[in-house]
Amino acid sequence: MSITAAPPKAASVAKPPEHPSGDKRFKILEVFIKRQQQRQDSLIEVLHKAQELFGYLDDDLLLFVAHGLRLPPSRVYGVATFYHYFKLKPQGAHTCVVCMGTACYVKGASRVVQALEQAAGVKAGETTPDGTLSLLTARCIGACGLAPAVVYDDAVAARQTPESALERVKGWLDHGPR
Amino acid sequence: MVLAELVEIKERELAARKKALITCCLAAGCMSSDGKLVKEALDRAVKDAGLESEVEVRGVGCLRLCCEGPLVMIDPPGALYQKVTLADAESLVGTLKGGTTSVQRGDPASAFFAKQMSIVLANSGIVDPERIESYIARDGYFALRNVLRELSPAEVVSEITRSGLRGRGGAGYPTGLKWATVAKTESPKKFIICNADEGDPGAFMDRSVLESDPHRVIEGMIIAAYAVGADQGYIYVRAEYPLAIARLQVAIRQAKQHGILGSGIFESPFHFNIDIRIGAGAFVCGEETALMASVEGRRGQPRPRPPFPAESGLFGKPTLINNVETFANVPPIILNGAEWFAGIGTEKSKGTKVFALAGKVKNTGLIEVPMGIPLREIVEHMGGGAPSGARIKAVQTGGPSGGCIPADHLDTPVDYESLTKLGSIMGSGGMIVMDEKDNMVDVARFFMEFCMDESCGKCIPCRAGTVQMHNLLEKIIARKATARDLQKLEELCDLVKHTSLCGLGMTAPNPVLSTLRFFRQEYLDLLAVETQRKTSPPAAPPAPANPA
Repeated sequence: MSITAAPPKAASVAKPPEHPSGDKRFKILEVFIKRQQQRQDSLIEVLHKAQELFGYLDDDLLLFVAHGLRLPPSRVYGVATFYHYFKLKPQGAHTCVVCMGTACYVKGASRVVQALEQAAGVKAGETTPDGTLSLLTARCIGACGLAPAVVYDDAVAARQTPESALERVKGWLDHGPR
Repeated sequence: MVLAELVEIKERELAARKKALITCCLAAGCMSSDGKLVKEALDRAVKDAGLESEVEVRGVGCLRLCCEGPLVMIDPPGALYQKVTLADAESLVGTLKGGTTSVQRGDPASAFFAKQMSIVLANSGIVDPERIESYIARDGYFALRNVLRELSPAEVVSEITRSGLRGRGGAGYPTGLKWATVAKTESPKKFIICNADEGDPGAFMDRSVLESDPHRVIEGMIIAAYAVGADQGYIYVRAEYPLAIARLQVAIRQAKQHGILGSGIFESPFHFNIDIRIGAGAFVCGEETALMASVEGRRGQPRPRPPFPAESGLFGKPTLINNVETFANVPPIILNGAEWFAGIGTEKSKGTKVFALAGKVKNTGLIEVPMGIPLREIVEHMGGGAPSGARIKAVQTGGPSGGCIPADHLDTPVDYESLTKLGSIMGSGGMIVMDEKDNMVDVARFFMEFCMDESCGKCIPCRAGTVQMHNLLEKIIARKATARDLQKLEELCDLVKHTSLCGLGMTAPNPVLSTLRFFRQEYLDLLAVETQRKTSPPAAPPAPANPA
């Protein structure tokens, strides 16, 4: 675990620490933490904000949050790993989330996942080695009337088949990360 | 805000009505098929036709028939258009001037719409969810005003008790009783939580209610807060529902601006605030003690009850937790009276229930029906049966905590008791139709995998039991299991059901138990016969049993 975020002790008592990297996003996060009045029960909100800013939560960032909220790092790590929504690894330039809710499942979502796994060469839940595509599955996105549904970069597509899904990600996979 | 202002807003809103109204569904289903762009195109088309003074284009919540979206309704003449594209905007607006259009027409008189009875969804598809005035024009916040100025908290509780309303989150606990318990508990600080962590796969009722009519839920929460004496509320929403979160944020802001949230609501001494808490993708957080842990910023793990949240809940204070749909039922009960509500439904299940109808059925979407309606009417008449003439085999209700109801029990009335008798539950309202191509063992395995992944790991029966049950189901599907394995599976179901800490574990075996009860032959067909295995290993994948 990196220790770059560990601030001088005195600073952590008085106010949330500055981040030595000078990355502006840490400043934004710090302001956000202050707006929550450093309340420890705002941990999940703060992690949401951190992930929104950085894309994923690495150890350095989790330590920063722990210091900001004056929580033990174990608690922050425990929460970040408990919830599926928090990502601890960098995500691909594009994401493709296949809904695996019951309605989508009975309408053939698993075939869509298989086809995508084959095309991308990774298992669901993984990112291609070149960082182009993260292939994920969701418990249920609540679009059951449109089953099977797939979310491509935040846009929901209805009634997907293995063919239509491959068509959609082909361009991404061919061009690599950008 | 006082009554006169409320009436003034309502009258102003009604007076501003134009001759014709075009409503576009802007709930998540239609939004994902370009609903937003269709609305913008209609806006432009109305402008181009010079009809701005006569025609209003309104973005509304769910118009219900999700499978045919984007949906557009033109009133008058009350015509429903389906699968509308950007190019259709002009011809649709043209119909108002006597033109024709080739856009596919839906039939608002068809069984899917005609058999519905709207209480919770009464405003859905009519009000603009992003404008509080639109809600007030439909008598919104009048119930709250009556409550604050004319009823005592005890009278509100008694009204809800007499209405017979039961929790819509799944378990069906009497709402009035819950409110009375929290109201009775002495404490200077109490909380209200709205459980919008709709985690069941195949369920999207709460999402639709929040997206279509967020003010209704807020009004219900404020009334509940007054009844039990709470001054702070939380709405716990899934992160997977960004649109619902955005609309709730807008609604809360508007309510604050109008003095409906905050201090001195309707010039009474009562004050109340609502904050949104966003979940982070943990199914177990739908369980009330886990949900509270999550609101407190901790891992969403349940704890033993008692103490119940009504005595010691969020931050150790008495807490009232109700589901979105439960809160949405409150304002109409206050406005129309407990007797009116108690007159709908069956003896023990009052009112209506919203279901998300999906799966192998022609019409998928959102329906609201009176309690006690036979399952067959929902699936065959409203849903239109299975597409391409296949036979319906079972209906799954209650998500991973529920069970599969076989086709020969379709005449069962939909109420809490009848579904429980069949080994399923009412659940939050997901209803997935399965046809003869679906293998029931595979369905059971699907739900067990879900529970295995979502088990929080705190208690051993659930953490280890779900893994073992899943392994056994995998083994059965791979045709490697014996009768002994099946027996072990049944023993494990019983064990996990009776020894788990929270609802997740206690109900995790339900999909297996219910499919074993009604489709046992499908399990038996997959069992490996010792002698057979040695000579000729079966090559075919699991074939659907019980063929028509």
